[in-house]
Amino acid sequence: MIVGYYPGCSLTGTGKEYDMSLRKVLSLLDVQVEEINDWCCCGATSAHATNHLLSVALPARNLMLAQKQNLNELLAPCAACYNRLIGSKHEISHNADLKKKVEFVLEEDFNSSTEVINIVQLLQKVGKEKIKSLVKVSLKDIKVACYYGCLLVRPNAVTKFDDAENPTSMEDIISATGALTVEWNYKTECCGGAHSIARKDIVTFLSKNILDDAKLNGAHVIVVACPMCHSNLDMRQRAIKKLYPSHEEIPVLYLSELIGIALGLNGKELGINLHFVDAINLLQMVKAEM
Amino acid sequence: MKIGVFVCHCGENIGKTVDCATVAQRAAKIPGVAYSVDNKYMCSDPGQNVIKNAIREKKLDAVVVASCSPHMHEKTFRKAAADAGINKYLCEIANVREQCSWVHDNIPDATDKALDLVRIAVEKVKRNIPLTAIRVPVTKRALVIGGGISGIQAALDIANSGFEVVLVEKEPSIGGHMSQLSETFPTLDCSQCILTPRMVEVYQHPKIKLLTYSEVEKVEGFIGNFTVTIKKKARSIDEEKCTGCGLCIQKCPIKKKAFNEFEEGLATRPAIYVPFPQAVPNIPVIDRSVCTYYQTGKCQMCLKVCGREAILFEQQDTLVTEEVGSIVIATGYKLYSIDKKPEDSEIKGYGEYGYGKYKDVIDGLQFERIASASGPTNGEILRPSDKTQPKKIVFIQCVGSRDEQKGFSYCSKICCMYTAKHAMLYKHKVHDGEAYVFYMDIRAGGKMYEEFVRRAIEEDGVKYIRGRVSKIYRQNGKYIVKGEDTIAGMPVVIDADMVVLATAMVAQPNASKLAQTIGVPYDKYGFYQEVHPKLRPVEVSTAGVFLAGACQSPKDIPESVAMASAAAAKSLVLFGSDYLEREPTVAVVNEANCAGCFYCLKVCPYNAIEKKEVKNKLGEIIDYIAHVNAGLCQGCGTCNATCPSKSIELIGFNDEQIYAEINAFSESFV
Repeated sequence: MIVGYYPGCSLTGTGKEYDMSLRKVLSLLDVQVEEINDWCCCGATSAHATNHLLSVALPARNLMLAQKQNLNELLAPCAACYNRLIGSKHEISHNADLKKKVEFVLEEDFNSSTEVINIVQLLQKVGKEKIKSLVKVSLKDIKVACYYGCLLVRPNAVTKFDDAENPTSMEDIISATGALTVEWNYKTECCGGAHSIARKDIVTFLSKNILDDAKLNGAHVIVVACPMCHSNLDMRQRAIKKLYPSHEEIPVLYLSELIGIALGLNGKELGINLHFVDAINLLQMVKAEM
Repeated sequence: MKIGVFVCHCGENIGKTVDCATVAQRAAKIPGVAYSVDNKYMCSDPGQNVIKNAIREKKLDAVVVASCSPHMHEKTFRKAAADAGINKYLCEIANVREQCSWVHDNIPDATDKALDLVRIAVEKVKRNIPLTAIRVPVTKRALVIGGGISGIQAALDIANSGFEVVLVEKEPSIGGHMSQLSETFPTLDCSQCILTPRMVEVYQHPKIKLLTYSEVEKVEGFIGNFTVTIKKKARSIDEEKCTGCGLCIQKCPIKKKAFNEFEEGLATRPAIYVPFPQAVPNIPVIDRSVCTYYQTGKCQMCLKVCGREAILFEQQDTLVTEEVGSIVIATGYKLYSIDKKPEDSEIKGYGEYGYGKYKDVIDGLQFERIASASGPTNGEILRPSDKTQPKKIVFIQCVGSRDEQKGFSYCSKICCMYTAKHAMLYKHKVHDGEAYVFYMDIRAGGKMYEEFVRRAIEEDGVKYIRGRVSKIYRQNGKYIVKGEDTIAGMPVVIDADMVVLATAMVAQPNASKLAQTIGVPYDKYGFYQEVHPKLRPVEVSTAGVFLAGACQSPKDIPESVAMASAAAAKSLVLFGSDYLEREPTVAVVNEANCAGCFYCLKVCPYNAIEKKEVKNKLGEIIDYIAHVNAGLCQGCGTCNATCPSKSIELIGFNDEQIYAEINAFSESFV
């Protein structure tokens, strides 16, 4: 199976452990990733907050690059990239005027037939059975809270993926590793996203609510599929601890990292040692190596 | 033939764009026109007298009135013509208002067109022949479908006028949703107390034949002459022998298995049951899907304890046919079940409210049962999960209603009122409790309705928050309700003990099936469609069929009762005469010509074409030809246009008349 790969800025920087773990896990699952040549910014936040045309044209350019590489499917591991790519395609196909403008900017016709998919959709295509058959370390002793954030399943009319209010696709994939998933209430609540830079106070408060509810429902770990969510939930725990001294830390892993552990990869290979919140206890629970 | 032409100004409606005097002058020159005149208001008494006097004085044989649409005043002018002594079918209307003056603004052109329309009508009326209305006998007996408050009211009104009624109810008892309600707005009188006397009256009424646990299977015939086939579902009880002692119900070993429909799932019931103690008739029914005997062949406890040998395990569904003259449909509504997203439906559901997942998130009817003295908690406000008294309760209005994104675009109309009632009942029973209501707007139009809501807010201290709820989840034993206060512009979080959702009223799930059985149009939501929203609100396009209650659109009790009485009155109008007069403009088959291809049968929208046997001298059937049932035919002309051998003629609109009209029209191009 060959799939196009759009890493986006996060996976080359703050979220590079997502990139590391993803590439290793996908190769174990016999998925070849083909990175788009000369990809550019997807326009998340900065572009769509300032210039609508730019925010649509940037993803359109990346989609046309994928088209030229004859990629049927394009994996956008970052939820924000996924949302920009699929959203821009949706907007262009529903607005003839906009399409003309984008084509003028791109200096070419826009005729993308590449399907944009997120990490959960890719793992669904790989199949639960395939993952199950390769599990080396059973995760049956750990309880996972699956966090979707705001962008992975929304807007539902555009993503046409899972249920916007109560998504369950990540839980389904994780069940292949033997881990238990908890019922909790904050799986689609906002983590504060890009306000992380300008309004740390908001992000700290919102992230704390998410972490608290996961713990309250018995989770040992929160699993995410978005580098923005990861940085807010992982990095902000120190700030939370300062404001709320009783806060107990909870590790936050990427979906690819959790599956990587189950497939027998060690913590360093997966980049788990790069997180702010230590996951050593979690790895010990399943007797995996750091 | 002497024809009179009468051109109406309709005040300025026609006169403003059509030069009526010129039309009258020029019409006088059309061959056959003996007299023509214009008038400001032809439909007024003096206007009609102009027509009548002209007919008498000028000895006219036929008239053309150039005026508004025939839907509006054809009857008026035909009656005027008949009063003056000519056959009313020799009066034709040229529609120079809707089809001319209202849609044009150039006076000379509109005037020319009006004259064309007059010429067309003149050519037609020349070829009209006197016709007599068809008379059909009326069966003075009504069918009422649905035994809720609407059906009960309609049945009683008709029966009390001295006519027989067949009342069909699909559940084991009549009473409908109203029997489930605790108290009713805006007077807070007990629902059962005002309803049960009516139920008993229905049961004891000598003119009402009550068929419960029955459904309408088939409807044939036409206004005044319907033949209805009704399926009586097997109760597994001999209704003649059963005394309703209830011993079988007490002894049934299945106590906690069956879903109690009447209690909206908040309690269970045995396999043999009556829906509620005041059920009418007080005869139980066996739910075969849970009964041990039907599952394993053992038990028969009910049979053993029944002193009257009234249990009939082998009873089958039976079909009965009834002859009736009118049908009142009063099939009511259902509440939108928001936990289930119907397959292939655009309805998205409200997963974020946790209905179906959390026991203490309930709908309005469930709250009615909790608040009802005869309900599962004997009227104490206790939450379903742990039977404790909720100290903080949240009501959410418009769940599914007025929400094109996730539900229906319409307003369910009754929720503002019943939510105010619920909050009030809660505050009356839990004095130290807090009640919150999330609303979009408060729509309390109705006598004493606004005052009722104000009472909830001002006297009972119910806290109203304008805004929507985004999510409900459970945390530390509380239901966290997250919403927005759009007046304060702030998010609101309430840690409630219980949540009541005012879910939308929707059509019955099989509403479209019944509509197709009877031939009733329905809207995209499954609500039955009246002929005219203002002037004919209880009639449907199939003559002799009337609507009552929430099957037409969401309605409260006062409105349903009023509509039921209106539907009863419409039936009684029908029963007021022995014969019905029907328009003679129906299709007839030229039997000598008909080849029996029956294309007409396939295209007829009213099932009015029948196969008629052709016999030889020996009485043997040698062929079949088409025959039109004049009682069913609506004169639409579809068969006429379809017939390949031109063997069907539509009386009053035959080919000669139509071609004469087309020829007259084409003259204007010469």
